[in-house]
Amino acid sequence: MLKDLFSKRRKYASIPSEQSKMDVPEGLMQKCNGCNKIYYRKEMKKSLYVCPNCGHHHSMTAWERIDCLFDEGSFQEWDKGITSGNPLGFPEYEAKIAKDREKTELNEGVVTGKGMIDGISTAFAVMDSTFRMGSMGSAMGEKIARAIENAKEESLPFIIFTASGGARMQEGVLSLMQMAKTSIAIKRFSDKGGLMISVMTHPTTGGVSASFASIGDYNFAEPGALIGFAGRRIIEQTIREKLPDDFQTAEFQLKHGQLDKVIHRHDMKTTLFKLLEMHQNGGDKK
Amino acid sequence: MNHVLEFEKPIVNLKEKIAELKSFTENSDIDLTAEIETLESRLSVLEDEIYGNLKPWNRVQMARHPMRPTSLDYIGKLFTDFIEFHGDRHFGDDEAIVAGIAYFKGEPVTVIGHQRGKDTKENIRRNFGMPHPEGYRKALRHMKQAEKFNRPIICFIDTKGAYPGKAAEERGQSEAIARNLMEMAGLTVPIVCIVIGEGGSGGALALGVGDHIHMLENSTYSVISPEGAAALLWKDSGQAQRAAETMKITSYDLKKLNVIDQIIPEPKGGAHRDLDQQSLYMEEVLKTSLESLSKLSNEELLEHRWEKYKQIGDYDLI
Repeated sequence: MLKDLFSKRRKYASIPSEQSKMDVPEGLMQKCNGCNKIYYRKEMKKSLYVCPNCGHHHSMTAWERIDCLFDEGSFQEWDKGITSGNPLGFPEYEAKIAKDREKTELNEGVVTGKGMIDGISTAFAVMDSTFRMGSMGSAMGEKIARAIENAKEESLPFIIFTASGGARMQEGVLSLMQMAKTSIAIKRFSDKGGLMISVMTHPTTGGVSASFASIGDYNFAEPGALIGFAGRRIIEQTIREKLPDDFQTAEFQLKHGQLDKVIHRHDMKTTLFKLLEMHQNGGDKK
Repeated sequence: MNHVLEFEKPIVNLKEKIAELKSFTENSDIDLTAEIETLESRLSVLEDEIYGNLKPWNRVQMARHPMRPTSLDYIGKLFTDFIEFHGDRHFGDDEAIVAGIAYFKGEPVTVIGHQRGKDTKENIRRNFGMPHPEGYRKALRHMKQAEKFNRPIICFIDTKGAYPGKAAEERGQSEAIARNLMEMAGLTVPIVCIVIGEGGSGGALALGVGDHIHMLENSTYSVISPEGAAALLWKDSGQAQRAAETMKITSYDLKKLNVIDQIIPEPKGGAHRDLDQQSLYMEEVLKTSLESLSKLSNEELLEHRWEKYKQIGDYDLI
């Protein structure tokens, strides 16, 4: 038929999908989430997971963070054995915890303890977003509150690295109450002259941002970290308006007066050391 | 009757029937008094049955009832000489929170509460009871003032949550809430909090760190709304009823979880059926709370507050 000659069938070129373009061999290589450049994982690790090309700060596990901040062999862990129960009897919650415990080799999404930064002792809590997205339930609240209490007893400064999606849904109102518990602990610590430094890393949102993360004597953040109370999608739906690209980034929060400073990961240890040094003889109204 | 909830319909139908029979008896020769009495006793049984077995979702509906009394309704009943004060002294006045001083049984107290509107117009003005940072900062300003003048603080909690908006984020919603939690921990005056409607997440908690936390029987207190929980956990906000049960958000749940001190009963059918009666129930509890708290020294008060929150939570040790 003549019609066949004018067939509407178009020819398509096959281009690799976004997904396959991004696939890199697991373990050996790592693609930068900022500029899509591919690096040897070793190389990334050496630069503390900051992209050598664009400076994008990738997530670190709690232990990677501890290793790069503390003097070798100085870190002593507290309350390692505290882990989540299932207070509401929430379906499948225990299985999810068990899976993340296996995956991360942590018992909860925060590691607490004390250690030395260039010879100065400090108490410490570092959250790990790979464990149930760093969400805060009873176990996390308890560990952080205890760490603050220990800092108070031992007259140590307290530094917290936050990384959390917010409250842990599966523990309902008990998660919410951890915001109060940790905040009261901070008040008691602060009234005794304790120094608290909060460093917000990607992401710090919801109940964690609306409690201890925002009430340090100094509030810092890593470049590009997402920091905010409500989720972007919820805000967009509520106000029916598209939000700017930099909304709720560390830089946005700095511009709006919500942060003291945005600190590059490579400068973190020296900045914390300087700050600890400047407070060494102050505080502690025992 | 306005705003009848689905589960209340059998009661309303029966009430209508009784009213019908009554007018029939009055206007005709046939006496139906005996039938009316039977129906009335059946009504009472039915009410007990329905209101005595409310499901968590029914309580959510009650807590959100359009006629449900608001902070200002209770303030008018429980206190005298209430004077409202405005503004956070930094940015503006957030009408989603009301604050002021009044007398409670002859003693001056500071009263703070989330404030919803009664109609659309008022709701727009009050942003549906969802505060911005300046609302929380206004509340904190009044709390500090209460401490200075040694007045107890009474907080009414009634919000879906802190407002999720662009301006709220820019002005530090997180910091405003966190600051309140921290500062309330250290106030050396008694703080009594009563959840009167919906207690939604951090936006509720920012008025909720106190020495005694009470809940009206049909109020709810949760980390996220049932709809939000359903959307997050099961990707389906239609499962809100299921979430209301799973998330444990009723006054009875919170009492069991050791989060609240007392459940304040509601009149049959909910607080909106009888504001006077409801206020009497609240007055009683408030009086007892303030009396017992006034006996504590500042140190004891703060220590008890810490102990109270310290024990909340449930974790395992391995």
